Amino acid sequence: MNLVTIALKSIKQRFLSSSLTALSVSLGVMLMVAVLVINGVVTDLFSQQSFGFNLVVGPKGSDLSLALSAIYRLERSGEPLPYLYYKELQQHPAVEKAVPITIGDLTEQGGFPIVGTNAEFFEMDYSYKKPFRVRGSFLKTPWDAVIGSRVAATNGWDIGSEFKLTHGGVKDHVHEEKFRVVGVLAPTGTPNDRTAFVSIAGFWGISEHEKPLQEAINRLEKFRYTVPQSLRDQAEKEKQPKKPDAHGHNHADHAELLDEQKEVTAVFLRTKGETGFAAIRLAGEINEDVRAMAINPVPVMNRLMSLIVDNIKLMLLVLTSLIIAVSAVSIFVSIYNSMADRRREIGIMRALGARRETVFTIILAESALLCLGGGAIGLLLGHGMVAVASPIIESRSGILINPLAFEPTELILFPVLLVVGSLIGFLPGLAAYRTDVAAALSE
Amino acid sequence: MSLVLDNLKKSYREPGGGKIPVLNVARFELKTAEQVALIGSSGGGKTTLLNVIAGITTPDSGRVVIDNIDVTGLNEPSRDRFRAMKIGFVFQTFNLLPAFTALENVLLGMCFAGKGTDSHRATDLLTRVGLGHRLQHRPPQLSVGEQQRVAVARALANHPSLLLADEPTASVDVANQNTILDLIRDACKENNVSLLLVTHAPDVAARFGRIEKLSDFNRP
Ligand SMILES: Nc1ncnc2c1ncn2[C@@H]1O[C@H](COP(=O)(O)OP(=O)(O)OP(=O)(O)O)[C@@H](O)[C@H]1O
Ligand SMILES: [Mg+2]
Repeated sequence: MNLVTIALKSIKQRFLSSSLTALSVSLGVMLMVAVLVINGVVTDLFSQQSFGFNLVVGPKGSDLSLALSAIYRLERSGEPLPYLYYKELQQHPAVEKAVPITIGDLTEQGGFPIVGTNAEFFEMDYSYKKPFRVRGSFLKTPWDAVIGSRVAATNGWDIGSEFKLTHGGVKDHVHEEKFRVVGVLAPTGTPNDRTAFVSIAGFWGISEHEKPLQEAINRLEKFRYTVPQSLRDQAEKEKQPKKPDAHGHNHADHAELLDEQKEVTAVFLRTKGETGFAAIRLAGEINEDVRAMAINPVPVMNRLMSLIVDNIKLMLLVLTSLIIAVSAVSIFVSIYNSMADRRREIGIMRALGARRETVFTIILAESALLCLGGGAIGLLLGHGMVAVASPIIESRSGILINPLAFEPTELILFPVLLVVGSLIGFLPGLAAYRTDVAAALSE
Repeated sequence: MSLVLDNLKKSYREPGGGKIPVLNVARFELKTAEQVALIGSSGGGKTTLLNVIAGITTPDSGRVVIDNIDVTGLNEPSRDRFRAMKIGFVFQTFNLLPAFTALENVLLGMCFAGKGTDSHRATDLLTRVGLGHRLQHRPPQLSVGEQQRVAVARALANHPSLLLADEPTASVDVANQNTILDLIRDACKENNVSLLLVTHAPDVAARFGRIEKLSDFNRP
């Protein structure tokens, strides 16, 4: 028998009030843990400090919007870029690798974002020194698809599965063409896990994806490309009313798609050389031009983090701290109220030879144990809550959350709870310390 | 263990503000291993006297000397320690802790004395007061007489040198009264423990070689 077991006994004796106070702590801790875990995941996601590319080139507009659509696939893309512009970037002397992507469609099943790209995409690390790993193969032929681990798990797809796309998220607008899964990516913990990659050639081959020629011509002119006369002729022809039997497309129809008609949503660039100077210079060059915009996603995402995510995080943490403070007060009230009943008990312990410090310690241990016990339960409940919430969050936002993801901040919780518990126990402990033995015994 | 009370005075403050003198003992002695029955009228100050001896209540003046140590002169932590180590106390109101089992109540005293707990000895003591079958019962589950016996076992747990017993047999039947009395007296004899036992029962007092009436030496 020692002071801790004595404290445990008293807790057990007041089981109902003890468990209620511990419960209030655990609820506070539960919320705090949930907030920490979710924040940790969001922070990790958006503060990825390195990508396999150092520039994202997209249409002029908001840099944040470009990053959110091209990298996180959380936003619809803006005006696409002509394929010729991608070609131009590819030929730029500072560029080591240029990878085009097209986005906007979703898988018919599960609604996962589709990224049309080529095999080179997978040659870029998805994070610092982390290359893509695939079961099967990367994109080869036009109707190949490589799916992220989450897509495979959720949709139950594997190599050989075939799927259709819905156009731009329009529910009933399903494209006829089918893609075939040739590879499944190993989990990366990035938005790639919930992305279905298809060959950009196949993407262009989808019947409704080529631009109306006149629009394509306008775009090309805006980008200062010479428009071939054949294209102008074709555009004129297109304006004529169509023959009634000119419906029903097959892949062969689109094999003839001209480069001038193709477009990309964004281009991932990796510049030559180890230092970032080439990237900065190239970005400057692209941004001076009215045609497109180049961003380095890292500072853009950092800005988003500090602007929004950090503030939300702070707010949630303040809220949960308040909840913990409220439960701390309730522990205090409960222990303090119990002191009246316990005066006699404390008097007896003192009469048996317990020193003032000893009874003080017992009360302190009691409140610390309540806090720690409640905290431990709260930790489990918090992760449980995340486990319950993660599929919902994922389906709504596409953000993957591992319920077991342990935030280092959670470890601080225990010393903090210990301190809080001791602070709460201090006044009642002092009351115990000051108990007059003879008076307490004669009660 | 010898006990000397020297010019001991204690008065309580009245709610009105005046003083009620309760104790005024010029001199009282108890020799090592001596066993004394203390009798006196109710409200005479017997419990107060025991509390003062145990250091639970501080006297207004005078000295309590145990084994040549002036207990009244010790600072509080030393007095607490001294009480835990040297003095066994059977309270008039038992003062068992309701959250703890009979066994744990006995162990508690050991725990506070800082000598480590010895459940063998605790079990043995409880068996000797006839509670070997009630080790895991908590005080509310015990009869008054059984609670009294747990209190006796607890008082003996730390091998005290002085045992103060405040009517330890008041709540038990005659058969058990004698068992408890024998237990206390034998344990004290075996271990050279001095015993000061308060009682109202003439037949209990009659078994002691020395009987002291409080009013004979206390003139408040
Ligand atoms: N804490 C206190 N404050 C004020 N007066 C007290 C206090 N404790 C005891 N008294 C008074 O001191 C006197 C002695 O009380 P005490 O308990 O010592 O008597 P006692 O001899 O043990 O009586 P009993 O045989 O009934 O147990 C009583 O008149 C009581 O009212
Ligand atoms: Mg009394």
